[in-house]
Amino acid sequence: MSPSEAHRTIETIWRMESAKLIAGLTRMVRDVGLAEDLAQDALVIALERWPETGIPDNPGAWLMTTAKRRAIDFIRRSKLRDQKYEEIGHTVDLYTEDDVDRTLDGEIDDDLLRLIFMTCHPVLSQDARVALTLRLLCGLTTDEIARSFLAAESTVAQRIVRAKRTLSAEKVPFEVPAREELKDRMSAVLEVIYLMFNEGYSATSGDHWTRPLLCQEALRLGRILAEIAPYEPEVHGLVALMEIQASRLKTRVNAKGEPILLMDQNRAKWDQLLIRRGLAALERSRKLGRTLGPYSLQAAISACHAQARSEAETDWIRIAALYEALARSTPSPIVELNRAVAISMAFGPVFGLQIVDELNTEPSLKGYHLLPSVRGDLLAKLGRHDEARTEFERAASMTRNTRERELLLQRAAECGLGTSK
Amino acid sequence: MRFMMIVKATTDSEAGVMPSQELIDAMQKYNEELVKAGVLLAADGLQPSSSAIRISYPEPGGKPKMMDGPFTEAKELIAGYTLIEVKSREEAIEWALRMPDPHGFGQGEIELRQVFEAEDLMENPETLAKETALRMQVQEQKKA
Repeated sequence: MSPSEAHRTIETIWRMESAKLIAGLTRMVRDVGLAEDLAQDALVIALERWPETGIPDNPGAWLMTTAKRRAIDFIRRSKLRDQKYEEIGHTVDLYTEDDVDRTLDGEIDDDLLRLIFMTCHPVLSQDARVALTLRLLCGLTTDEIARSFLAAESTVAQRIVRAKRTLSAEKVPFEVPAREELKDRMSAVLEVIYLMFNEGYSATSGDHWTRPLLCQEALRLGRILAEIAPYEPEVHGLVALMEIQASRLKTRVNAKGEPILLMDQNRAKWDQLLIRRGLAALERSRKLGRTLGPYSLQAAISACHAQARSEAETDWIRIAALYEALARSTPSPIVELNRAVAISMAFGPVFGLQIVDELNTEPSLKGYHLLPSVRGDLLAKLGRHDEARTEFERAASMTRNTRERELLLQRAAECGLGTSK
Repeated sequence: MRFMMIVKATTDSEAGVMPSQELIDAMQKYNEELVKAGVLLAADGLQPSSSAIRISYPEPGGKPKMMDGPFTEAKELIAGYTLIEVKSREEAIEWALRMPDPHGFGQGEIELRQVFEAEDLMENPETLAKETALRMQVQEQKKA
């Protein structure tokens, strides 16, 4: 193995093991920043030694042992310094050297779970949560995170440093939240993962080569979470939602990079493996036997589309019912608008239009181009072409997306000719 | 990117001899590791080729020829596969190296193959040309 090959291999192993290392070390030293430094130290030692000695049989365990030795050294040294002793005194009481060898698989899972609760802690801003999670749990470099978010590397680096400092200053504990807090804290974690996924999925701006990384990382993190928190139905719900949405990743834009609507996508190209995985995850959520939460409901809606072999086979009645359940669990005008579309598909445009008209006065939808766009579509279906044209033109003036505007103006023009479907 | 770890058949797997409990446990532990790392997409073991059927086209444009198993050349056959999604070729190799010796008596062999992505398969030159043009356009816009 050439030195450069060896380095690549070591870096790969590091990426595969770093989250577990940092989690285990945080349990010992109670500070993510310090834990990350200690883990990095172990990497440096590996980079020095492995090219000479060859890669150990169990590289993960080697890195963990080496890093934990550094941690123990650090704790001992700190013990001698009075001012430091105050800070981490409790760590020394709680964790002795014996703990290092007693780390079992189950404990690693628990540590990872505690770490993700920490990086998604509400004391951090949403941006900071996402960046820190990508860095510590997904093992992405600052550069990779920056490119994914089209941000400057220095901005992201700053954000991560500040986030670690905040966690330290606020003395955020390394723990799984107590039961009364768990639901909200788990929602915060799921929100971070879904945000990551959507950032990659929607690709509202930027070059699409770096974006899929975010989708993949979100999906991978979701899959990991499903194993370390299997009792949580919404975790499976979110995984199901992401798997099914990811199954359409490759069919959602055409060769010109324009978005293709769900109904116009080539279903033969949907990734059946991911759909099956999504359906299985949804089943896991259902089997836990609690009322379906918002992620599970959205996954169930996605599953309806995934299971329909053609647009005509779509079970719109079921989708409308699921949207109604979603509107009850998380009421929002956007969900209402989607429900209107489902109702119109299931029972006719007249019924959809009734809901949309009620939304017309909704202040939060003012300036939201999809409202007039949907309204225009329903009016056109009812043959009210003049009104439809006005709505499409209004929607076109509201969107910032050039391609979408072109599409809307085209529909407006079709209404003028009275040829709209 | 996706990789398939293909476990080759052996005289034992072809004879329908079940692997030892020890190996089954090791494989199970390995699969759990893959699941917990969030990289496992699918994994299956295949029945011996004695129940297989081979369809071949010896004459171009001609009718297919059917042949019942078993087939003889064990090394050319596969006994199972594991499909993983990883970030790099190096990561795939690392995972493949961690798989236990699938048979344990000198015949164990794993083949690592990368799966084509949709973009690799976009054979239509016109589509590709359009995409390239678009990408250049985006880059120009960025510079401007």
